[in-house]
This record gives sequence, structure tokens and C-alpha cells, in this order.
Amino acid sequence: MAPDLSSPAKAPKLQARGVWKTFGHGTARTVALQDVDLDIADNAFVTLVGASGCGKSTLLRTLAGLEHRSAGDLRCDGQPIDGPGRERAMVFQHYSLYPWLNVLDNIRFSRQLATHTRDRTDADVEAASGRADALLRLMGLAHVARAYPSQLSGGMQQRVAIARALMSRPQVLLMDEPFGALDAQTREVMHDLILHVHRLERTTIVFVTHDVEEALYLGHQVVLMAPRPGRIDSIHPVPLPALRTQDMKLAPAFTALKRTLLERIRATSGMQTDTELLARLSRAGSIDLAR
Amino acid sequence: MASSVQTPEFLPEPQPWWAVRGTIAPRRAALLTALGLLLPLLGWMALAGSGWVDPVFLPGPGAVLARLATWWADGLLEDIGTSTLRVLGGWALAALVALPLGLLIGSFRTLQALLEPLTDFIRYMPAVAFVPLVMVWIGIDEGAKVAVIFIGTFFQMVLMVAEDIRRVPQAQIEAAQTMGATRREIVEQVLVPSAKPALLDTLRVTMGWAWTYLVVAELVAASSGLGFAILKAQRFLQTDKIFAGIVLIGLIGLVIDQGLRWAHRRAFPYLHARH
Repeated sequence: MAPDLSSPAKAPKLQARGVWKTFGHGTARTVALQDVDLDIADNAFVTLVGASGCGKSTLLRTLAGLEHRSAGDLRCDGQPIDGPGRERAMVFQHYSLYPWLNVLDNIRFSRQLATHTRDRTDADVEAASGRADALLRLMGLAHVARAYPSQLSGGMQQRVAIARALMSRPQVLLMDEPFGALDAQTREVMHDLILHVHRLERTTIVFVTHDVEEALYLGHQVVLMAPRPGRIDSIHPVPLPALRTQDMKLAPAFTALKRTLLERIRATSGMQTDTELLARLSRAGSIDLAR
Repeated sequence: MASSVQTPEFLPEPQPWWAVRGTIAPRRAALLTALGLLLPLLGWMALAGSGWVDPVFLPGPGAVLARLATWWADGLLEDIGTSTLRVLGGWALAALVALPLGLLIGSFRTLQALLEPLTDFIRYMPAVAFVPLVMVWIGIDEGAKVAVIFIGTFFQMVLMVAEDIRRVPQAQIEAAQTMGATRREIVEQVLVPSAKPALLDTLRVTMGWAWTYLVVAELVAASSGLGFAILKAQRFLQTDKIFAGIVLIGLIGLVIDQGLRWAHRRAFPYLHARH
């Protein structure tokens, strides 16, 4: 694909400057995101990881335009983000498929929305039906095209959700713990699938997860977030080749960064008190047992 | 290896009677259903036939059947037709207004805040007490009977429809938003199709309520109909006819209910698709 010469080469796809998100009013106001600065390059695969309550989902939903920022500046391709838009598609953890539509119609859902039917030519219609077929094959869904979502396993359902989000060729794919409810084996398959999709579709992907290994295996960059108040703690480039393979999970560079991230999450999560409590309890327990 | 595996003698599936949420064999279930219907009928026959109870208090099944036969000759079908039309009319009119209104209340918080408290307030008012008012406002013709059934079902229906719409998962709405759907497209292409099965259930349940308001509706200067027949029989202490009328209303309700359940299965195959 030829580079777009009309825009500066290094302009970020997504840009956050001093973004805050708060919920509630007055004394009940809680800060979900505090002063977030983040640049996400075009075609990047960025993972957001952190302890629960660190605001990673809130940041993703704010990028999607599903939440309004409380302060700061948020842009996609230099345009301010003021609400949801088709250039930023989202994949949810679950319950987002339309149970009354079969797999193919779920994937084609966006085609009948006015944003796509406006100024549509016959060639577009043909291209779209070709795209739906291509996505079915890419996602390994061709044999269940006429099945309803309720007839599919959790992993297959998420494939449909990803295909549906990709249907209209979004610039950005926002993924909110999309594999959080899947079993370990299915997740590994989905990881390689989404990496393949990223190479093929060249979309920018922002991926939220609580699983450090998942964040490292998928991301070019891991954004580590910390809770109370939700904020970006640190950003870590992943020292692995772009083409990932499962055995890289055992590479020293991978395990070293995994340890660093896990320690940092523990340090920022406010769980120290829990550790102390656990130590005290076990001391007390051993006394009881000794009696 | 696999061929050497001996098929063991399988243990019978346990059949406990009182396992919480346990399943029972279809044959046992059918037997229990038949018993549940037959025993009260037999009890009724025994009690009526024993002579302990005055037939004026409790006419036997035979007397009720005989009454149905004479009623048949005396325009039973016409009574059924008239009453069914009144119930269907009041219910359909309520649905015609309650479906769009409930859809809007369930979709937009602004309308919910504006309209729901009032609806909640009115639905606690006794529909029976509206009868004299309806006579003053509308008169004593067919419209008045339909109006009573409308009042009895409409306000509940609006609230149930709004709740059905609010139960649509947020992720379904947000997925459409991130695909670029407009507000109107979300209502028409996500909220309505997603809530359709629940809406048909709401219509089925409110249909049952509409039938319970029939006798009240036919208090208003009626000269035919099942409710009117029951009221007239009451005046002449024809308890067998009261029984016949009540049982008939129950049967018609049951037929309509089963019909709507069947429609539900036909209309929403994805809910009943095999895994």
C-alpha cells in the first residue's frame, strides 16, 4: 500500500493530551482517569494492562467515544473525538452479537446502516459481499455462516464479533478484554488469529486485558496503568519480532519483561496491605495450630 | 485399543422426586399433569354427587354440561363472539398505543422521567371504579366496554414494554454505535428486534389480564356476552350457568395463550435452535 504523502509521516492515529474522566458530582466525584497522555501510531498494536480499577476499560471506552472525556484533548487522525464513529470499531467481552441474526447477517450488520448505504454504488455492494465472504473464511466461520450465535462456542462468537467490527474497514479496532471469558487453549488460537488479522488488515489495534502474558504476546507496546486514581504508570516497548510465535513466551526477553510488569502491577495495585494482612493471619493461624 | 473396551452395564438414571431443579422423566411429568387436572375434576364430581352440598352452592359437572347444551341452543356462540371481540378490541387498542409509547419510554430517559411516574400512579387505580366514569365520558355502547378493558390493560402494558426495551443488553447498543448507527437505526434495528420475544410475551400476559376485565366491562349496559351472561345468571342464582361461563372464559384464554406460545416458537427460531 502506498504511503499517504498528504499527512505528516509521524502523526499519531490516536492522541490523548491531559485526558481526565470523572464520574459523579461534588464530593462524590471519583477520578477514573487522571491526566492521560498517550500517542498511538498508525498500524500499531497497543495493549493496555493493569490491576482492576486502573481505568484501562474507561480509557478504551473514551477512545471509542462511548464515554465523554471530562477534560483534555482526544483525537483520532487529528479530529477531535466527540462520540462513537464507524472509523473506531469496538469488540466487547460478550453479549454484543445480535441473537436474532445468523453469523453472516451479524457480520453484514453495518452494511445496511445509512452511514454505508449513502452514495453507495453497485461496485460497493459487490465488494461488500466479497468482503463478508473473505471475513467468514479468514475467521474460520464459513461452515457456520447460517448458524445463530447461540449455537456457537464462546470462541466462535468472538470471531463473529471481530469479523463484524472489521466489516466496514475501521481505522482503529478497540478491543475490551475480548478473550477474557475464553478457556486457555481457545485464547491461544485467538491470539494468533488476531495477530494475523492485524498484519492483514493493517488496522490500529488498542487491546485491553488484565493478563500480562496476553498483553506482551500481542502488543508492540504495553501501556501499564495503575489504579486510584486511574492513570498511565509506564509504557514498555516489547522487545520481540513483529511476527510472534508461541515459543517466544519462553524467551528470556519475554519472561524478564513479564516479571517487571507483574512486579510493577503488584507495587501499584495497593495490594501490599493485603499481603501484610495475609502474613499476620498466617502467623496467627500457626499459633492456633500449635496449641 | 479402543476395540477392546467392554461396554459396561449402565446404571439407570436416578429419578428423585424432590431434587431441587431436578428433571423428571417425560412419562412421569405427563402422568402428574393428567393427575393434576383429573383429581380436582373427580373431587368436584364426588362432592357434587355425594349430596352433602346444595347444588345451588356447587352444581355438578353434569349440570354444568347440561347448562352448556341449553346455552348452545340459546346463542352461546354469539356470546363468545361478542365477548372475544370486546376483549381483543380493548387489548389491541392498548397494544397499539402502549407498544410505541413503551418503546420511547424504554429508549429515552427524558421520556421515562416525564411519563413513567404518572403511568405508575394510574396503574394502581382500580379499573372497576372507572366504569361509571366511562359511562359518563363515552356512553353505554360497545366503545364503553372496549374502554374498560383498555384502561385495565394499557397502563401495565406501557410499563412492561418499557422494561422489555430496557433489558436489551447495553453491549448490543454500543456495538451498533461504534459501527456508526444513528439514534433511529439503534431503535429500529437493535432495540426493537432484540426485545421482540419479550414483547410478544408481554402481549400474551396482558391478554390474560384483558379477559379478567371482561365481566367488569360487561357491567356497562350489555345485553350479550359471556360476562353479561354470568352477571344475569347471578341475578337468578343459576350457579350452573356461572360455572359454565367461568370455565368457558378459562378455556378461551387457554387456547389464545397456547396460540401465542406457538407463534413465539415460530417467530423466534433462534431462541429454540438446537446447539
